[in-house]
Amino acid sequence: MALAEDFGDTGRAPVSACPACVVVPAAERIAALRADRAGRIVLSLPNAGGAQSISTVEAAVQAVPGVISARVNLTLKRVSVEAQPSVTAAQLIDVLAGEGQEAHELDPGLLSVTETDRQGRELLMRLGVAFFSMMNVMLLSVAVWSGAEDATRDLFHWISGAIALPTVIFAGQPFFKSAWASLRQGKLGMDVPISLALILASSISVYETAMSGHHAYFDAAVMLAFFLLLGRYLDHRTRAVARSAAEELAALEVPRAILLLDGNEVETPIADIQPGDTVLVRPGARMPVDGVVLHGASELDRSLLTGESLPVPAGQGTVVSAGEVNLTGPLTVQVTAAGKASSLHRMADLVAVAEGSKTRYTSLADRASRLYSPLVHILSFSAFGYWMWATGGDLRYAINISAAVLIITCPCALGLAVPAVITSASGRLFRKGLLIKHGTALERLAEVDTVVFDKTGTLTLGAPEPVALADQPQQAVSVAAALAAGSSHPLARALAEGARAAGIAPAQVTDIREVPGRGIEGDYHGTRVRLGRADWCGATPVAATASYLSLGPETHAFTFTDRLRPGADKAVAALKAAGMKIELLSGDAPAPVRDLADRLGISDWQAGVLPAEKAARVAALSAVGRKVLMVGDGLNDTAALAAAHVSISPATALDAARVASDIVLLGQDIAPIADAVRIGRQSARRMVENFLISGGYNIIAVPLALIGHATPLAAALAMSLSSITVSLNAMRLK
Amino acid sequence: MEILAILIPVSLLLGGIGLAAFFWAMRSKQFDDPEGDANRILTKDWDDRPKP
Repeated sequence: MALAEDFGDTGRAPVSACPACVVVPAAERIAALRADRAGRIVLSLPNAGGAQSISTVEAAVQAVPGVISARVNLTLKRVSVEAQPSVTAAQLIDVLAGEGQEAHELDPGLLSVTETDRQGRELLMRLGVAFFSMMNVMLLSVAVWSGAEDATRDLFHWISGAIALPTVIFAGQPFFKSAWASLRQGKLGMDVPISLALILASSISVYETAMSGHHAYFDAAVMLAFFLLLGRYLDHRTRAVARSAAEELAALEVPRAILLLDGNEVETPIADIQPGDTVLVRPGARMPVDGVVLHGASELDRSLLTGESLPVPAGQGTVVSAGEVNLTGPLTVQVTAAGKASSLHRMADLVAVAEGSKTRYTSLADRASRLYSPLVHILSFSAFGYWMWATGGDLRYAINISAAVLIITCPCALGLAVPAVITSASGRLFRKGLLIKHGTALERLAEVDTVVFDKTGTLTLGAPEPVALADQPQQAVSVAAALAAGSSHPLARALAEGARAAGIAPAQVTDIREVPGRGIEGDYHGTRVRLGRADWCGATPVAATASYLSLGPETHAFTFTDRLRPGADKAVAALKAAGMKIELLSGDAPAPVRDLADRLGISDWQAGVLPAEKAARVAALSAVGRKVLMVGDGLNDTAALAAAHVSISPATALDAARVASDIVLLGQDIAPIADAVRIGRQSARRMVENFLISGGYNIIAVPLALIGHATPLAAALAMSLSSITVSLNAMRLK
Repeated sequence: MEILAILIPVSLLLGGIGLAAFFWAMRSKQFDDPEGDANRILTKDWDDRPKP
């Protein structure tokens, strides 16, 4: 296996690559590691809701000695705690569990960005100012439109100007900045005509007011700023919400390892671990680093890395990689690579390369603005040229007309058309448990015609389930259940649970002992009974995931199948009904893959697929013009996730896989994927409709402006009506 | 029409107060946890005396 060989290389890397480890005495390093652990603890409270939980959580946490303050944020479902260094997150989680609140530790370092959302606050501030000015200027403008004359009109224009000019300068800054940036790159972005319209409308209005002219466009200028800022803000908020949720997922995996220093166990951030250190990995924990096993015997679940559902044995000298899960016994591991150098991270770097292809996707909004910007400039300039010629050089009249054209064509609705739809759609999908991470993900989702699924951890939960337990002799099951109850091995846990579900009580087995890496043994009415690996129990292995029981002279095999993820059958059926071609690519052995494909009715499946082959298959499908939606969770899927047209991963996926995918499935149920495709298609349709609507308004208003009949009133009407229709249309999404 | 000389400044002033209040609310992070604030008024803590 290419991946395994790859990891093998790191295993042979020089071990003593850290001279500092020798120089710094262990005690000093312990002190240094413990020193900066003070300060803030952030816990996620996924089930918090209502006034009661605020009081309970804050009171419970504040009652812990050493806690200085605690504040719940119900919007983010988090509690932040200021505490003395002696207080640990685990302690608080226990306290909250006692109050019936589920809590998880979050890494505060990874959350910094969301809490100080300065950009969002700034945008909101500008939006507020623009709104205030729009209302006041509109008040005065209505008076002018309804017939204020001479001095009154001029006074109203002057007051409007006094409000509008500072507003345009303050609120228009995001547009001016980005227009300037795009001009310097020699491009004609959407913000260039916007800025031009803002500046031209304001300056021409000042001139007209000074000449005591009839028309001033101050109201148009501030309204333009308001509607465009609204689009900007919606866009920003959608992205901020997605980013904060994605960050929370990442922050949930607090990267810590148990470092062994002179026989002391020190909990240490992974960033502080150096090659050559020794770390302890407890059963059930994820391997934090790449390394070689020094002592201990256990089994490793490699499914996130390779897709294999069968655990592999590990003992002294086994090369382990970050991301594997230690199942049965504690392992002492000598670190060969940690953090950025570990195989997990190197894989994630590969993803970054493939990511580039996605940013090359031109969104509908980009395509629209590419068409729009030159068109508007040409229209405006030709109007200017024509009226200069027609009026025999009346500069004031010609500029007035070209400004009116710019103002009327200005993409208020165009700026709202896409953000309004995306906000509405991602809000809807978020409530269904799907997190849209990428702005163009919905549009890409709409084009999908092929869905490629991974098996382990995606269509299945990666958790075993005993097969046909009822067909086994009852005595064997009850003995096995009694032995299994003493272990945390996933197969044992599934067996114990299965027996309980079948209503079979565990037998009287005494002297139960777990032998790491082999199984569990005990004493049943004077007979030695064992549950575990085939060779250890003296059984003949069967061709499936199985656990064996030796009960006196006889042996029994309990076979397991991977538990189906809830909603998997519904999702596959709905996608098929939507006309999608469905494929299953798995790194697992053929038998379980065929079994699952049959259960779900997927006819195209491949087993034993290497990570590179997955990506190649996706690339091959893309090459024949298919738009692939890849759904996967493991490290072996990341390259394929990144290469696909659009990708989805469950929240339980590895960090690298989540980073590579555009959409994250937050719940366990996979059925919302079908909804995602449906809503994606719908929202793409809404976006096109919105462009047509705003285009329609322009088709009516622009000729009016060109022949010089566009009054400020007409401009205001066209602008607000089209913006409102577009927003309402976006909200029609179901 | 002389009434305009009073009404316009008054309307601007009132609007300005609203804007200033919005700025203050924004800066003192009042929009950070809207859901929590809506629920906090329902808690019974510190109903009898102010929080120390």
